[in-house]
Amino acid sequence: MSLRIVVCVKYVPDATGDRHFADDLTLDRDDVDGLLSELDEYAVEQALQIAGEADDAEITVLTVGPEDAKDALRKALSMGADKAVHVEDDDLHGSDVMGTSLVLAKAIEKTGYDLVVCGMASTDGTMGVLPALLAERLGVPQVTLLSEVSVEGGKVSGRRDGDTASEQLEASLPALVSVTDQSGEARYPSFKGIMAAKKKPVESLDLEDLGLDGDAVGLEGAWTKVDSAAQRPARTAGTIVKDEGEGGKQLAEFLVSQKFI
Amino acid sequence: MAEVLVYVDHVDGAVRKPTLELLTLARRIGDPVAVALGSGAQDTAAVLAEHGAVKVLTADAPEFADYLVVPKVDALQAAYDAVSPAAVLVPSSAEGKEIAARLALRIGSGIITDATDLEAGDEGPVATQSAFAASFTTKSRVSKGTPVITVKPNSAPVESAAAAGTVEALTVSFGASATGTKVVSRTPRESTGRPELTEAAIVVSGGRGVNGAENFHIIEALADSLGAAVGASRAAVDAGWYPHSNQVGQTGKSVSPQLYIANGISGAIQHRAGMQTSKTIVAVNKDAEAPIFDLVDYGIVGDLFQVVPQLTEEVTSRKG
Ligand SMILES: Cc1cc2nc3c(=O)[nH]c(=O)nc-3n(C[C@H](O)[C@H](O)[C@H](O)COP(=O)(O)OP(=O)(O)OC[C@H]3O[C@@H](n4cnc5c(N)ncnc54)[C@H](O)[C@@H]3O)c2cc1C
Ligand SMILES: Cc1cc2nc3c(=O)[nH]c(=O)nc-3n(C[C@H](O)[C@H](O)[C@H](O)COP(=O)(O)OP(=O)(O)OC[C@H]3O[C@@H](n4cnc5c(N)ncnc54)[C@H](O)[C@@H]3O)c2cc1C
Repeated sequence: MSLRIVVCVKYVPDATGDRHFADDLTLDRDDVDGLLSELDEYAVEQALQIAGEADDAEITVLTVGPEDAKDALRKALSMGADKAVHVEDDDLHGSDVMGTSLVLAKAIEKTGYDLVVCGMASTDGTMGVLPALLAERLGVPQVTLLSEVSVEGGKVSGRRDGDTASEQLEASLPALVSVTDQSGEARYPSFKGIMAAKKKPVESLDLEDLGLDGDAVGLEGAWTKVDSAAQRPARTAGTIVKDEGEGGKQLAEFLVSQKFI
Repeated sequence: MAEVLVYVDHVDGAVRKPTLELLTLARRIGDPVAVALGSGAQDTAAVLAEHGAVKVLTADAPEFADYLVVPKVDALQAAYDAVSPAAVLVPSSAEGKEIAARLALRIGSGIITDATDLEAGDEGPVATQSAFAASFTTKSRVSKGTPVITVKPNSAPVESAAAAGTVEALTVSFGASATGTKVVSRTPRESTGRPELTEAAIVVSGGRGVNGAENFHIIEALADSLGAAVGASRAAVDAGWYPHSNQVGQTGKSVSPQLYIANGISGAIQHRAGMQTSKTIVAVNKDAEAPIFDLVDYGIVGDLFQVVPQLTEEVTSRKG
């Protein structure tokens, strides 16, 4: 039996660029390059490894995002995913996590799945809650924040390293997993992979295709509201001293002056 | 006054500090009603009462330990139904965020995660968040349903405020999805005796410049002289020099201590994401051009193998 894997990948502004908010207090996408969230590369990698162990598996990468978000899908396809689904609709602009998770859940159900794989968090919103929300919406077990994952005999298992303990988890398929950046380095697309990706199918869906109403998503449909966004004032230039043999002592003086000692 | 649900993070009855901070914030909005689950839940009551909890709802069942997240969501939802609170506050741990999100969805409410401050507002609580590696500060609120907000450690002072802390048993019926993800085994993290990274007032971190696991004792010695927690950059963690649980940054812990000392760390954006909101930042780096120096209140351009032991010695002798 074939294992259908859907990997959720997000198109995000480059963290090394100058990220900003637009006038409507949503993400300003014009001023900075976008790319596949680096943490979702780990999700694609684990999906590829799980598929490699399975008799027969198919990996669909899925994104909800603007036109340019296709770049993120291409990257995932060039790593080795089989096909892609892009949900794109003007009404999606400004969606919060509830709206985004609703759209993703509908798209996943439409695509069909045995296993959904997510990253641990996006590199822009960084909420880290979307996988749990998807599991709740899909009504499948959440096996999240795994640093190790495997699928065998209709079961997914993995290790979750928490704050106070490390847990070994297990659930039956269908299930949703999210993987951390401890799960194993993501592969670079090969030249062959990049060429092959160009021929792989990318399906575009809008809200109507998913049976969703525009009011349910976007800025209007959001259940949260950002009232203001202010750039943090640049830190005032600190004192920088070259060590001439007394650096540790000078630092101690500073810590005393700040009452840390 | 309106009641505010506060989810209690505790280990076998020992309440962790971020929950006590939440009680301070909850009192700005209403009367805190604490929800403590699992083994030792009842033992949390006294300290919660000392910090302003008017009521403590407790429940214990094997499900809380044997299955992931969902049983706790079921219980928090039972508490929500029993209390009809004005807001629900949860500590921003990985698990806390997942519990909060699923609850928010079930009760038809928006969610804000990783708040760093909270105030009462005309249209409900206003949360401060920091975005894009802490280069922006936003003010947000939940515009639909009962605000569900997760709050980062070190976002408020712990204040004592005596309250009744009446203990009541919470009746929980677990849904079909509660037993979906089985916890097959659990290995508790060994305590180092040092303060918890996210809760510590001082954090001393080491990066690639520490150049080997065998040198991390230099960082630990400085940390111990200051009563600090030890942090590490991802480069140091990936090299296997220090455990991942000590990683500071975007994919590690986010810390906001009074003092952060970065040693042999360049200050990449992903590292900054986890420490930029520290009150005072100090760096030791041999490269004067390292980006970390853009953030510092005090920086030493020098070899950490010289500077750090000298600093440790000074601290020790001044304290002694
Ligand atoms: C700075 C900032 C702050 C925000 N704060 C809030 C807030 O407090 N409350 C709120 O409701 N919304 C908030 N949002 C909006 C929210 O981030 C997005 O709606 C969103 O896509 C889901 O959250 P996340 O990106 O943080 O996802 P996370 O939960 O961090 O993402 C985890 C995983 O989910 C998958 N995923 C996430 N988004 C997509 C996508 N669009 N397509 C495919 N897969 C995806 C990926 O696998 C990813 O690794 C914020 C956005 C920004 C930019
Ligand atoms: C998706 C993603 C997530 C990431 N998450 C994190 C994260 O959570 N945390 C994190 O830290 N990184 C994270 N990173 C990695 C990050 O980009 C950097 O690679 C990392 O922070 C570098 O660590 P470093 O500063 O220790 O090493 P380097 O950048 O190599 O810097 C080492 C520094 O040590 C100095 N040095 C060397 N020898 C000495 C000496 N003897 N005395 C004094 N100074 C010396 C050097 O001058 C240099 O500045 C992430 C990256 C990605 C892509």
